[in-house]
Amino acid sequence: MSIVSLTDVTKSYPATDRSGGVVHAIDNVSLDIEQGEVFGIIGYSGAGKSTLVRLVNALEPVTSGTVEVDGTDITRLSERRLREMRLEVGMIFQQFNLFSSKTVAKNIAYPLVVAGVPRAERVRRVAELLDFVGLADKGRSYPDQLSGGQKQRVGIARALASNPRILLADEATSALDPETTHEVLGLLDRVNRELGITIIVITHEMDVIQSIATRVAVMEKGRIIEQGNVFDVFSDPQHPASRRFVSTVVKGIPDAAEVTALRSRHTGRIVTFSFRDGDRSQADVFVELARAQVGFELVYGGINDIRGQAFGHLTLALRGDDSAIDEVLRTIGQTIAVTEAA
Amino acid sequence: MEQIIDLLPTLLEATGETLYLVSISLVFGGVGGLILGLALYVTRRGGIYANRSVFTVLNVIVNFFRPIPFIIFIPAMQPLIRPVIGTGIGNNAMIMAISLAAIFGISRIVEQNLVTVPHGVLEASRASGASRLRTIWSVVLPEALGPLILGYTFIFVAIVEMSALAGYLGGGGLGSFAIQWGFRQFEPVVTWSAVVVIVIIVQIVQYLGNTLARKVLRR
Repeated sequence: MSIVSLTDVTKSYPATDRSGGVVHAIDNVSLDIEQGEVFGIIGYSGAGKSTLVRLVNALEPVTSGTVEVDGTDITRLSERRLREMRLEVGMIFQQFNLFSSKTVAKNIAYPLVVAGVPRAERVRRVAELLDFVGLADKGRSYPDQLSGGQKQRVGIARALASNPRILLADEATSALDPETTHEVLGLLDRVNRELGITIIVITHEMDVIQSIATRVAVMEKGRIIEQGNVFDVFSDPQHPASRRFVSTVVKGIPDAAEVTALRSRHTGRIVTFSFRDGDRSQADVFVELARAQVGFELVYGGINDIRGQAFGHLTLALRGDDSAIDEVLRTIGQTIAVTEAA
Repeated sequence: MEQIIDLLPTLLEATGETLYLVSISLVFGGVGGLILGLALYVTRRGGIYANRSVFTVLNVIVNFFRPIPFIIFIPAMQPLIRPVIGTGIGNNAMIMAISLAAIFGISRIVEQNLVTVPHGVLEASRASGASRLRTIWSVVLPEALGPLILGYTFIFVAIVEMSALAGYLGGGGLGSFAIQWGFRQFEPVVTWSAVVVIVIIVQIVQYLGNTLARKVLRR
């Protein structure tokens, strides 16, 4: 069963100019997120993804449509019931949003104080969480004494304090350097695997999706333009915006400018072979080329791994008799995608 | 020097009166200003209880009263002070006048300092399941506490100034002392003795405020 389910959700604001019009931040979005998965939402800034994630814990009310969390339509809940619901949904932020006037321990204890958890129980739980995020010795520190990565780990501990079933991560790694990003993503992965918490990850960085998400939705102008398993979207993106995102981490089929650059350095016909797990192996392609006595040179591309499944695009410069090349490309083209640069 | 020694008991009495005027006014004005400032902060656009009409009304009231020079403010407030205090002059009437004036000044200082609290921490508090009131009480106010202390220290100096003027218009305290025994008797040394006492009071309070703010801000 879906743990979060958005149906025909729209969120509009009055336009900030005096036109009297409205801005559709979220435009008729439907989305189902399954219990226990890590669901990625990617888009450029202004695509509406931060607004979308705030609909899930009702920090932003919807304009129309329904948002079901754990089977309850939260768009109809009273303020009091919403507060109870929010204990089930933790949230972490790009700027961490820690309380600078409170110690690390008090930050983490805050949702517990809100929930009315007795003091002794709070102390025990905070120690446990500090341990989980690897900051056991930082309880008495203040946030401004911590590094960015440590701050986000405190943010994660605070979000987990009330034992939520869902964690919303709003650009949680966008303010961090690559190494710290890797650490925080590793921690989120543990949160998902060890605690079984469903995570919704908002990001504009495709490598974040690649490292932890199982499914992904691509957003543009308030709409979801493509969604599916991360492997499918990465290996065969359908929408131009999705392709642009994928191209940030995957070397795909070279574009016109890249082909010109390749031609200036290599002779022969520039042909891209696209592989996906389960398709014909690369070895077979090379054997076919050799058998046809076509010379080849690897000039562009790479093979990627997503959760154990491999795919990639290899671009070769082929040299030899033109008709022999046409013949062998036809043969190979029957089993895998072959694209020749114009 | 002799005049000062003669007037020492009067000077001490005047100092006591000033401290009384200032501290009671600071309490009333401080609490009132905090409430009015909070009301402005929460009702402003994008605020936690955003309400355009309430904000506009409060905003106009503050903008109307705040710029009134204090020497006019006291007589202007007479119709309000007389029924409440029973008289328009004396220390209690002046406390009411100072408190009212302070409320408007403090409310702006409170509002301005609360606005600097990043929206994100409010969001983090709300996302943790906290109510709006709890968010104000246990996140917004503590996050702004350092600047608020400095703001109140600043206002303390303004209240000392108001109390001197109030003394002139029928209260008591160091302002009245300096005018009556110094200025009118052509005794600059007496006037300056009041100045020195005021400077000492202000310095002590400024030091305490700075120290407290530094402690709260941990820097």
